[in-house]
Amino acid sequence: MTETHYQGKLHHLQKELMSEYYAALTASANGSGVPAAYLLIGGNPVELLRAFDILPVFPEVNALQLAVRKQSLPFIQSAEFMGYSSDNCAYVKADIGMYFGGRQTPFATIPEPSLLLCNYVGCNVYLDWFGHLAEFTGQSAFQLDIPFIRTASGKPSKEDIAYVLRQLHHLIGRCEEITGRKLDEEKLREAVRLSSLTGDLWAKIKHLTKRTPAPYDAYFDSVTMMAPLYCLRGTPQGLEFFETAYAELLAKAEAGVGPLEKERFRYVIEGPPPWPHLRAFRDMFSRWDAVAVASTYSTVGGLWEFGFTHDPDHPLESIARHLLEWNLTNRNFLQRYEQIERYLEEWNANALIIHSVKSCRLFSAGQGDMREYFTKRGVPTLLVESDLEDPRYFSEAQMRNRIDAFFESIAHRPTREGVTA
Amino acid sequence: MKYAAGIDVGSTQTKCIIIDENKQIVARALTDTGANITRAGERGYEAVLAAGGIAREDVLCVVGTGYGRFKVSFGDLQITEITCHAKGASMLFPDTATVIDMGGQDAKGISVQNGEVVDFVMNDKCAAGTGRFLSTAAETLGLSLDEIGAISLQARNPVRLSTVCTVFVESDIMSYVAQGKKTEDILGGIHSAIAARTIALVRRVGLKPNYTFTGGVSLNVGMVKMLEEKLGAPLNVSPDSHYMGAIGAAVFALEHALSAAAVS
Repeated sequence: MTETHYQGKLHHLQKELMSEYYAALTASANGSGVPAAYLLIGGNPVELLRAFDILPVFPEVNALQLAVRKQSLPFIQSAEFMGYSSDNCAYVKADIGMYFGGRQTPFATIPEPSLLLCNYVGCNVYLDWFGHLAEFTGQSAFQLDIPFIRTASGKPSKEDIAYVLRQLHHLIGRCEEITGRKLDEEKLREAVRLSSLTGDLWAKIKHLTKRTPAPYDAYFDSVTMMAPLYCLRGTPQGLEFFETAYAELLAKAEAGVGPLEKERFRYVIEGPPPWPHLRAFRDMFSRWDAVAVASTYSTVGGLWEFGFTHDPDHPLESIARHLLEWNLTNRNFLQRYEQIERYLEEWNANALIIHSVKSCRLFSAGQGDMREYFTKRGVPTLLVESDLEDPRYFSEAQMRNRIDAFFESIAHRPTREGVTA
Repeated sequence: MKYAAGIDVGSTQTKCIIIDENKQIVARALTDTGANITRAGERGYEAVLAAGGIAREDVLCVVGTGYGRFKVSFGDLQITEITCHAKGASMLFPDTATVIDMGGQDAKGISVQNGEVVDFVMNDKCAAGTGRFLSTAAETLGLSLDEIGAISLQARNPVRLSTVCTVFVESDIMSYVAQGKKTEDILGGIHSAIAARTIALVRRVGLKPNYTFTGGVSLNVGMVKMLEEKLGAPLNVSPDSHYMGAIGAAVFALEHALSAAAVS
């Protein structure tokens, strides 16, 4: 059996920097005076908060950290005891349960919010989530209304951009009220400049997995880089992390080293991981010498590998474009297909895995059609289902059976040119 | 003569098959899996060796399959039952294009080409359309699982079930009993509902004849007829369909032993 034991420098730096970030959250909770804003991952406009020295708090990141540490279930159950349905989004339940559990987690005490910034409103559950938080915390929620991409070109209209820009100006007004300070435009430009450099490095890191062997797993190792991408983007520490990560992963690529001893299958994966069972899930692929060369989930917060970069000369407009156009969640289904097609072709992958999430009907709806779409195009596609947060929805034997059978079946198939199998 | 064995440790029953070098089945054994999976594999293997009067040392290779495949500790390889069902079905019925498997807790559709899996689909955490559903229905009616298929063939006015949930079907059946509906009509409705659900599942990998029906439920004549009616095509069914996973595993075991011998 092949298992991954990858502990590079970037993992240690990630732990160190995230510990500092969580220490800042705890300090804020304990009265350091630094205000905190809760916001969502989808296209997060964290640069704007940096300009005001407001700490970003991502309830989704907190929820997944609880799940990875196998701490989510008691919080989920306490939210269910309050009346949340068993079918409700488990991120929401873990967060609400944690909030009423005194905001205590094994990694930080989560501060009360000074701002509830609902920056992704495409999910009606998120609207309600932040609505409930508003009720529980006494803070009003700022709903940043980001229109979905509705055009065939996949581009937002001028009106969409103007609409979001107007709201960003309102948001700036709110941040000014909270901090008692006027927007420092130079500081905003600097945060956007740091994000621009960070995004460029992240894009380069993403392109490294085009090599054979891929120097890291673009799903299981990408998730290590996603927390710094959101929680530290727009800071010198965030940039330092991605400089270190790129240098380390480039060296691995140059040396022809991958996360597994042998790379037999290269796959693309759609959907978030089952956080409470991350290790078990990873090993189901590792034992087949299968490496994810691209993942759509790692583009929820932003899609940098296809050319997006923040522009310090047009900071607010680039934040608006990030929110509208350059993140997975705000894209239409045809764009999601196109993204996967590019990964399959350009990253030279020979299979697609779809991990559907019971908690998230918005994101998972349509994945049955997605499976059919790719199967008809001759791409071996496996659809499996569990949950991203609730450990009760993961059946190890069933999951393993499907993954084993899938790799057994493609082991015998003719493969795309140049792809090992 | 040398042999190869396949051991399919399923959720309900353990099926064991031994084949000879000519891929002829020489012994079968069927035992209940029970709670001790490791023991179930061993017990099944002992039973099949005894049934064939075959010594352990004459078996070149053993392949474990089914949910308990990793507990077949004396096995040489473990292969999922999905791949094994496709292999077994193609050995008995070489033109098989689609395998419909209905076992104790699983219902599966497998698209097959030249004995290999092209695509597959399974039920997920719901026992509707499986042997468990039928056994619940049989128990509710006070019948044995073996007799319900034949009785369902007598249905003239099959009832329409309001659910295919294995739990709620009990109350559905009881309400039809209370209304005085005939047992055969209730069973006709049950078989019709489950066949429709299974076909809807299998449709996701494509409904392509030639169909081979495997798993314990393939022994149910009522289900065979109902599936054939709804598909508008005959099903390949063998008295050994129940053993299909173990047959496939045994074929893999034989191929593995022969290729290992060729290498050495």
